[in-house]
Amino acid sequence: MSEMMLEIDDLHVTVDGKEILKGITLSIPAGEVHAVMGPNGSGKSTLSYTLAGREGYEITRGRILYRGEDLTQLAPEERAAKGMFLALQYPVEIPGVVTMTFLKTALNAQRRARGEPELDALKVLKLVRVKAKALNIGEDMLKRALNAGFSGGEKKRLEILQMAVFEPKMAILDETDSGLDIDALKLVAEGVNALRAPDRAMLVITHYQRLLSHIVPDRVHVLTKGRIVKSGGADLALELEAGGYERILEDA
Amino acid sequence: MALRETTERVADLAGEKYKYGFVTDIEMERAERGLNENIVRFISAKKGEPEWMLEWRLEAFQRWKEMTEPKWARVHYPPIDYQNAYYYAAPKSQMERPKSLEDVDPKLIETYKKLGIPLSEQKLLAGVAVDAVFDSVSVATTFKAKLTEAGVIFCPISEAIRDYPELVRKYLGTVVPVTDNFFATLNSAVFSDGTFVYVPKGVRCPMELSTYFRINASETGQFERTLIIADEGSYVSYLEGCTAPKRDENQLHAAVVELVALEKAEIKYSTVQNWYPGDAEGKGGIYNFVTKRGDCRGKGSKISWTQVETGSAITWKYPSCILRGDDTVGEFYSIAITNNFQQADTGTKMIHLGRNTRSRIVSKGISAGHAQNTYRGLVSVHPRAENARNHTQCDSLLIGAHCGAHTVPYIESRNPSAKLEHEATTSKISDDQLFYCLARGIPQEEAIALIVNGFCRDVLQQLPMEFAVEAQKLVGISLEGSVG
Repeated sequence: MSEMMLEIDDLHVTVDGKEILKGITLSIPAGEVHAVMGPNGSGKSTLSYTLAGREGYEITRGRILYRGEDLTQLAPEERAAKGMFLALQYPVEIPGVVTMTFLKTALNAQRRARGEPELDALKVLKLVRVKAKALNIGEDMLKRALNAGFSGGEKKRLEILQMAVFEPKMAILDETDSGLDIDALKLVAEGVNALRAPDRAMLVITHYQRLLSHIVPDRVHVLTKGRIVKSGGADLALELEAGGYERILEDA
Repeated sequence: MALRETTERVADLAGEKYKYGFVTDIEMERAERGLNENIVRFISAKKGEPEWMLEWRLEAFQRWKEMTEPKWARVHYPPIDYQNAYYYAAPKSQMERPKSLEDVDPKLIETYKKLGIPLSEQKLLAGVAVDAVFDSVSVATTFKAKLTEAGVIFCPISEAIRDYPELVRKYLGTVVPVTDNFFATLNSAVFSDGTFVYVPKGVRCPMELSTYFRINASETGQFERTLIIADEGSYVSYLEGCTAPKRDENQLHAAVVELVALEKAEIKYSTVQNWYPGDAEGKGGIYNFVTKRGDCRGKGSKISWTQVETGSAITWKYPSCILRGDDTVGEFYSIAITNNFQQADTGTKMIHLGRNTRSRIVSKGISAGHAQNTYRGLVSVHPRAENARNHTQCDSLLIGAHCGAHTVPYIESRNPSAKLEHEATTSKISDDQLFYCLARGIPQEEAIALIVNGFCRDVLQQLPMEFAVEAQKLVGISLEGSVG
């Protein structure tokens, strides 16, 4: 059996004193892509932020194991160095910080934390160039300040580029499809599919089914009101699209 | 919430981060404590000055006694007791100025080595000449021979007063008059050492010139005086750096810098100011009260100030340009970082007198901890200054919830053809930005350094290559412990 990348057990999370996640249990083995689907306010982003270790997301019950290790004991930057990656729904602009510089700083910070030698600017450049090309990211974009003035599609492509450069073991994609037109969506999905690998797991969080036609998941979980109410195969996404969340809720 | 707790925790460490805080144990000769006419005479005699220089000083001292300290800046400090400080301190071993680097006291060589300024010419950064000023005296000047070949004079000002009196007399006090302001007048009376540069007509100075100022003695003020003259069609780039030991007392640093650019000459003046800023509780640190001014005296000349101000408990400093000649250009690029209890009131004055004069101001103020950071600037267009142009950009960045940023721009235009633009922004490092960096594996302090360096990028790019990397690191170090 393949290694279990992520094991979430009875996870309860409180934000600003309000319980948002109310007992989530979910396991993702290496090599699989799981999707979490849910309506607005169901707790999707809370789940992704909790997994990444953002301040203010308090775990009140349950546990998260990442490759058998208690994730909650690790700071966000330690999680990143150990191979966790979160592609954000709204990538942040950092004025004046050249995108290439950011990539180099992040990659080397992760390498340093793992006890690996840092890469010089030239090596990073070579590495990034190859991967950027596949995502149709030009040199000029890498020279601009991080996400500053980027279009929605450019921002999301840059998130996937970072995933390609950091080569995480466990990638969480939070509403990567939001704000993308169909061409941009395809490009991003191709980028993600190219990164599917036997030793890598992914958790794709989305509101809509359309992303899952391009990134076909092994399992689909439906999240509403902080609980997973139904799990199934890729077909479940289509069912949802046809009947809406209301229907599933009734059935559940 | 958690942010604040960590801020407090790391604030304890902040005072420890200043790595230039050591003291050199060296036997010093000092003037008597206090300030009076005899002290002025003592300093002048120590420097072996001619009579005219002594008279100049005494006149300044008479004027100073009648002046009062300026109070308009947004800085607060207990009254300074000018009689309870030393105005001259020099290593005894340097009483005879060494003829060559071999004769310099090894303790001093070691001090500068620790500061990252090797005085041996072989080990120096290629293409950078250094004048090393230790308390009240210049202890070594490198690459003098090479510069002399090009006709460039680069020496301590005390030496210039003796060796090039006609040049000094012609220009000293012509940009910053003796009576300019309280601190400039004090400096005129008691200045000890500093750098003199003269670049002859048509000469492009073959290397970067720099002065490294070190305060070492306790209870002693440093009053440096720098004079740079770029003759017609010449070019010079000059950089100064400053550090001081960690002490609980406050020490006064009141410098005067005068720049003169004649026709079509260009002076680029860069400062990396890293005086001891005081500890995390605001105890100790340098009072940096400095008057810097450049005069674009000749047609088509240009003066550019770049400053990275990270140190000092209090900074009061407005490097300015008098755009006297027609078609002259003045620039001011500034990064001022205040952390813990530091206070900075800094900016520039662009005085447009000539026709078609242009000025550009880019100011980046970063405030963290309990610090207060003020940009204060004046853009003044006089009636004769047809087609004057100015563009000012003032950006402030706040880190944490207890600091302040203030912008005080004065704009006076007496000529209707002037085009003046002013842009200002205030922003904070957001939790989103920090989390984004953390989630990509960048630890907090590195993330802050990265974000702040991005914020300052336009200014850092103005620094000479040799120093830009150092300045970037300094930006990071100055803000260590600013956020948890």
